[in-house]
Amino acid sequence: MNILRISTAGSVDDGKSTLIGRLLYDTKSLSKDKIENIENLSKQRGLEDIDLSLITDGLTAEREQGITIDVAHIYFNTPNRKYIVADTPGHVEYTRNMITGASNASVFLILIDARNGIIEQTKRHLFIASLMEIQNIVFVINKMDLVDYEESVYLKIRGEITKLQEKFNLEDRNLTFIPVSAKVGDNVVKRSAATKWFDGPTLLDYLETVDEAKDTTGFRFNVQYVIRPQSDEFHDFRGYAGKVKSGTVKVGDTVKVLSSGQSSKVKAINRYKDKLTHAKQGDSITLELEDDIDISRGDILIPGSEVLEGVKALNSKLCWLGKDDLVPQKRYLLQYGSATVPVKIAAVKSQLDFDTLSFEPNPEAVKVNSINNIDIKSASPLYLDKYKDNPENGYFILVDEVSNATVAVGFNQ
Amino acid sequence: MDYLDELENEAIYIMREVAAQFDKPVLLFSGGKDSITLVHLAIKAFYPAKVPFPLMHVDTGHNFPETIEFRDQLVEKYGLNLHVEYVQDAIDNNLVQEESGRYASRNALQTVSLLNGIEKHGFNACIGGARRDEEKARAKERVFSVRDDFGQWNAKNQRPELFDILNGRIDQGENVRAFPISNWTELDVWNYIKRENIELPSVYFAHQRKVFLRDGLIWSDSEYINKDANEEVIEKTVRFRTVGDMTCTAAVESDAADIDSVIGEIVAAEISERGARIDDKRSEAAMEKRKEVGYF
Repeated sequence: MNILRISTAGSVDDGKSTLIGRLLYDTKSLSKDKIENIENLSKQRGLEDIDLSLITDGLTAEREQGITIDVAHIYFNTPNRKYIVADTPGHVEYTRNMITGASNASVFLILIDARNGIIEQTKRHLFIASLMEIQNIVFVINKMDLVDYEESVYLKIRGEITKLQEKFNLEDRNLTFIPVSAKVGDNVVKRSAATKWFDGPTLLDYLETVDEAKDTTGFRFNVQYVIRPQSDEFHDFRGYAGKVKSGTVKVGDTVKVLSSGQSSKVKAINRYKDKLTHAKQGDSITLELEDDIDISRGDILIPGSEVLEGVKALNSKLCWLGKDDLVPQKRYLLQYGSATVPVKIAAVKSQLDFDTLSFEPNPEAVKVNSINNIDIKSASPLYLDKYKDNPENGYFILVDEVSNATVAVGFNQ
Repeated sequence: MDYLDELENEAIYIMREVAAQFDKPVLLFSGGKDSITLVHLAIKAFYPAKVPFPLMHVDTGHNFPETIEFRDQLVEKYGLNLHVEYVQDAIDNNLVQEESGRYASRNALQTVSLLNGIEKHGFNACIGGARRDEEKARAKERVFSVRDDFGQWNAKNQRPELFDILNGRIDQGENVRAFPISNWTELDVWNYIKRENIELPSVYFAHQRKVFLRDGLIWSDSEYINKDANEEVIEKTVRFRTVGDMTCTAAVESDAADIDSVIGEIVAAEISERGARIDDKRSEAAMEKRKEVGYF
């Protein structure tokens, strides 16, 4: 059994919460007391049918408003997979939550109301899917019951999105289109008799079979913590605890510390008391090296044969997440891997216009939810890959030194 | 990658971020299976060094005796450092008032002792065993959740968490609640406990206990619970799915005496885990309200 992480995106009232509720309900992932609870709530509100969106709409405030206001994580299992769903809100002002959800997902579900077709929000979602290099994108065309399950509606939306594929650089991604009614339950878990013209998978069939593994090459290891027990038993032990961000490493490999350029060989790969012969992407391990070289938190280890130049200036796509606008020439903290480095925004070169879907030069301000092309300068070198080449070592966040808030996410290019 | 390996990798990564980003972390230990799992993960994360932070237990005085005994053995075995904060002290100092009546519980009073403990020791990161699948308000928690000096959580002003980057920057007086097993479900925890052979207090497995029935739930008979005259104490074979105070944790009838039978029961269970928590029955928004004032 493995884990599939899914993120959802859609506009207000596209029925995302209902869709997730339907997935849980039809996969029998809900306990009896939870079902009774939402049945009672539905009755209290005078609804005839059980309102499946109540399963995920958690907080009291949003119950009252009937909308989702923050990312909620939902879990369910089939015998095949463990699913983690990030249910994210569709409001324009909460785009940051959508990016948050998508950043940890290998499948991106974009909801479309069959009655409305593609709207501005859909294009924003497409852009984000493109920017974040998400491989698997599913267009869930919902509320098919309200358009009499017309194939033409489905085909029109599918055609329009296919036309946008090139524009958004999505030609190399896996795009899937599924006509559903979350409310009625068509093609979510159960195949619908009302869409006989549709021969693709149901949503669950798709999720059960989609390949979740990320293919990465190029070993990158973030040193999080240096372990020095200084006990009698482990007197000389010096281990570098961290995570393999991408690629693989095996005992005997030559590795290089990016900050100093010093190299050594991997003496041991420890996972608690186990000695491993190799480790792969995602593994939390403790490395021991042959030589005593200077390594501390924030350092990145790469293969000895590879070159990754440190730079003090970089160009990046930046999505602004903070409530306050970006302040040019202000100091921010750039956090990537386990390193934190003070930086300044040297220039905001252009900003995405969601109407024209092109980057327009010299924007007036960098506000929340805007996507920008910026130059950053740093006092000390940054060792980032290009996000396109190795996403795992290509992203960063900006932190406001005064408020401590996470104000932006960037993708190195 | 196997899902338990993936969950373990993630939890260890978070533990190490906490230890690296904060100078005064603490692991909040309740004696329940989730916090016992956390201790196990902490030991694995820093091996062969000792766990680089202490444990803190808020002792309501109404714990299962088995839990306290287990806690002390665990601390002894792994050379851990334990702080205990007593709710009785907060009551004696008039910081909180003991509840009265049939549903009197010290569960809600724990918050004050927790915050006092944090302040007294200057802890700035508290590692907790909360899981997002437990309850609706918890589904929205971040991995690093910032609390102000009054321990308050603001659901609308959470930091976005992008990829695996955890932003632990805080001001003096604030603290972060860190949740390494956010993405685990109850079943994941049990499967992991089984795989790793983690020891648990005996109350998690079927045993004979003096109980009484109230509101369709099985309550443990104890001197801490105010029983009505007509509430008759009987003996049943039970176990506990979650272990909090004796006053707020209901038992389930069960013959599951070992971990395989417990897992079998959970798979087949119809009532979700917190369905047996009396404290959540108070109102639909009970958990959210308690979180806003600093509860876990």
